[in-house]
Amino acid sequence: MARFWLIKLARTLLTLWFVVTFTFIVLRTSGDPVMALVGPDALPDEIEQFREQWGLNQSLVVQYFSYIGQMVTGQFGVSLRNSRPVMEIILERVPWTLLLGFCSFALAALVGIPAGIAAALRRGRFLDRAVMAVAVFGFALPNFFMGILLILLFSLVLRVLPSSGTGTFWHLIMPVLTLSTFTAGTLARFTRSAMLEVLERPYMRAAAAKGVSSWRRIVFHAFPNAAIPIVTIVGLNLGQLIAGAIVVETVFAWPGIGRLLVTAVSARDLAVVQGLVLVIAFTMVMANLAVDLIYGLLDPRIRGGGR
Amino acid sequence: MTDTLLDIRGLSVPLPTGADRPFAVKDLSLSLSKGEILCIVGETGSGKSLTAFASMGLLPTNLPKPSGEVMFEGRNLLTLTEEQRREINGRRLAMIFQEPIAALNPIYRVGEQVAEAFRLHTKLSEAEIKQKVIDLFTEVHLPNPREILRSYPHQLSGGQCQRVMIATALALDPAILIADEPTTALDVTTQAQILRLMLDLREKHGTGILFITHDFGVVAEIADRVAVMRHGTLVETGPAKEVLLNPQEEYTQNLLAAVPRLQPKVSRSYLGEPVLVASKVAKTYQTRTLFGAGRKVKAVDEVDVTIRRGETLGLVGESGSGKSTLAQCLIRLVEPDGGEVTISGGKFSGLKGADLRAARQRVQIVFQDPFTALDPRQSVRSAIAEGPIIHGLSPAEATARADGLIEAVGLDPSGGDRFPHEFSGGQRQRICIARALALEPELIIADESVSALDVSVQAQVLDLLAEMQERLQFGMLFITHDLRVASRICDRIAVMRHGKIVEQDEPATLFANPTQDYTRKLLAAVPGRDWQTNPTRKAV
Repeated sequence: MARFWLIKLARTLLTLWFVVTFTFIVLRTSGDPVMALVGPDALPDEIEQFREQWGLNQSLVVQYFSYIGQMVTGQFGVSLRNSRPVMEIILERVPWTLLLGFCSFALAALVGIPAGIAAALRRGRFLDRAVMAVAVFGFALPNFFMGILLILLFSLVLRVLPSSGTGTFWHLIMPVLTLSTFTAGTLARFTRSAMLEVLERPYMRAAAAKGVSSWRRIVFHAFPNAAIPIVTIVGLNLGQLIAGAIVVETVFAWPGIGRLLVTAVSARDLAVVQGLVLVIAFTMVMANLAVDLIYGLLDPRIRGGGR
Repeated sequence: MTDTLLDIRGLSVPLPTGADRPFAVKDLSLSLSKGEILCIVGETGSGKSLTAFASMGLLPTNLPKPSGEVMFEGRNLLTLTEEQRREINGRRLAMIFQEPIAALNPIYRVGEQVAEAFRLHTKLSEAEIKQKVIDLFTEVHLPNPREILRSYPHQLSGGQCQRVMIATALALDPAILIADEPTTALDVTTQAQILRLMLDLREKHGTGILFITHDFGVVAEIADRVAVMRHGTLVETGPAKEVLLNPQEEYTQNLLAAVPRLQPKVSRSYLGEPVLVASKVAKTYQTRTLFGAGRKVKAVDEVDVTIRRGETLGLVGESGSGKSTLAQCLIRLVEPDGGEVTISGGKFSGLKGADLRAARQRVQIVFQDPFTALDPRQSVRSAIAEGPIIHGLSPAEATARADGLIEAVGLDPSGGDRFPHEFSGGQRQRICIARALALEPELIIADESVSALDVSVQAQVLDLLAEMQERLQFGMLFITHDLRVASRICDRIAVMRHGKIVEQDEPATLFANPTQDYTRKLLAAVPGRDWQTNPTRKAV
């Protein structure tokens, strides 16, 4: 049992190290960072000064180790645009994205999972087909288009919701709806197929033979088994959620890290971009670790070990 | 008998439109008395399991509603509401299933799953329930009940899981236990223990048992009365002894005649030179962990095997004894750790690449499940001709050979253009045999090749193998868990246990004078071993 967690943890650290190293290599091979920082009109003296200031005149090995040291201690440097620490800039944006992501995910799960279960129980009937049609619509419609449609309807035609910005609960509704549509559709489809598979298992029939009521069979016998593949999908889907946030935050002028990434890239603020890449990678890796751990909690066969 | 518990009157289970026949079960009438064991016997598609499911209200939801009556304690079970059904299932009627491991929910501890029956139907406290579960586990002879309680199904063996299922079924002392092929997936020795357990329980609790099986050996072992079913209708019913020893209907007679007898085949003397000589074949499996080597399991432990031309060597033993691993090592589907293998005079171990592929022509294998062993998108002719073409025959010659074999294995000559799904299980196994023979091998490995087939089909396929061997004189390694089948086809039988061949002899000698305790145990476990050879003894 303890070994299961240890192995997972070791793998997570390895992945993080890989991401950090990869970022280092990409930034050093995609052109002289100094030239990118100071711009094409800089004088040779300035360039030299910059090199010294950023430690870029040292050998790559020394640079690599001091870079790793900075990453481990959380020093991401300062923004080139306003000289504020990168960490501070990112951290003030994180809660907004978390709020958006968490609400979207919760909504997607609350809609998608029950819809998938209902579709599986009514396999081949009207409800099943209706749910699946909506689900396909949900994950086929691009985020930006969905966002624009919502703005058109609720802000311009009905005039009931604000089209952008933050401040009230009402500002949250459209971004959350937009972002959750894709995840809800995916979850509904996977829940349906996972449930269909589980419902066919002999232990479901054995539960009925014991006199277990049908809702108890679904809630306590079928769903926990179906949840195992669903959790995997949720982990994979988190990347989609972050990618979606970049678009949605831009469409609705939401002050999260997605929009920060877009502005930092267009302003060539490399320090901020590097910080964001690492933060996002870190989140993804941690989310997948969480998925693995939940997987172990759900499935005694994964936990391994003897009696 | 007077105490009728379950009275099935005119039960019909319709099939959805578009099925190959309108009814899965048609106008079936049967009754089960208190303390009686009624065996329903039949082949695949006879409707025996659906009869059980109809009584338990477990019919698949895509089937139309059944008609007729299943009377139990004054009520028709077919017309119960969901609530009434829930109240009666698990309390008055209980059921156990064919695949015990799959019938337990993998994510809950087995103790919990037994406890659930008490929680649903009684108001006992948690402590009382725990004690009851421990008592039940003791009653079904599970070792260390307190530990087993906390185990998950995947940590237990098939036999232990079936004991847990039986404990669940007995929890509330039901009037009727319905057992759907409860021992089919188990080893013979485990099967013998479970059957004995069921006899004990009937004795102690007076439970009426409706036992569904395809195995006449099991019937002979435990049945009081037998009902033979075919295509959803009742063929004949009567006391077990009558039906087994003096069947009235032709179908029953044929079915019984097809059951291989536990009578050793006379071994043949005209056997040729060895086609397979293997010495000291070994395979050790090791579980790997982060910190290096884990537990070692000697799956095959320095085994010597010789098979002569035209000879059949039977390999018997329980699951996990290493039978299949040995066979796979011999033909190097699994790479052995050590040992020498020579096939038809040529060295087989140590060959690599093209040499190995060429040598593979000399040995072919026929698998257990004919449904997954054929590519569904390949016509039968091309499935058979593919091997010879790979090994250098021209397509025209290979096709001609394939057509010849299709006839030789008893299929319609026009069958070559058809696809596997158009054939029954027995016919597909014939196709697999034709495919193996197409390469004119010197050695055939039959890995449980008839285990998935109905008895009547099983007999035909065994005859086909024997006939082909007579004609083509290949050596055959026949792996089976069924001593009846082994006694019918093998010239020699090797008994395997813990990766070693513990005893090897001609069937006549082996059956009459087994030298090893383990062989004796296996022989004793064969269900109903006396009813064919010694009909004067009581069949039950």
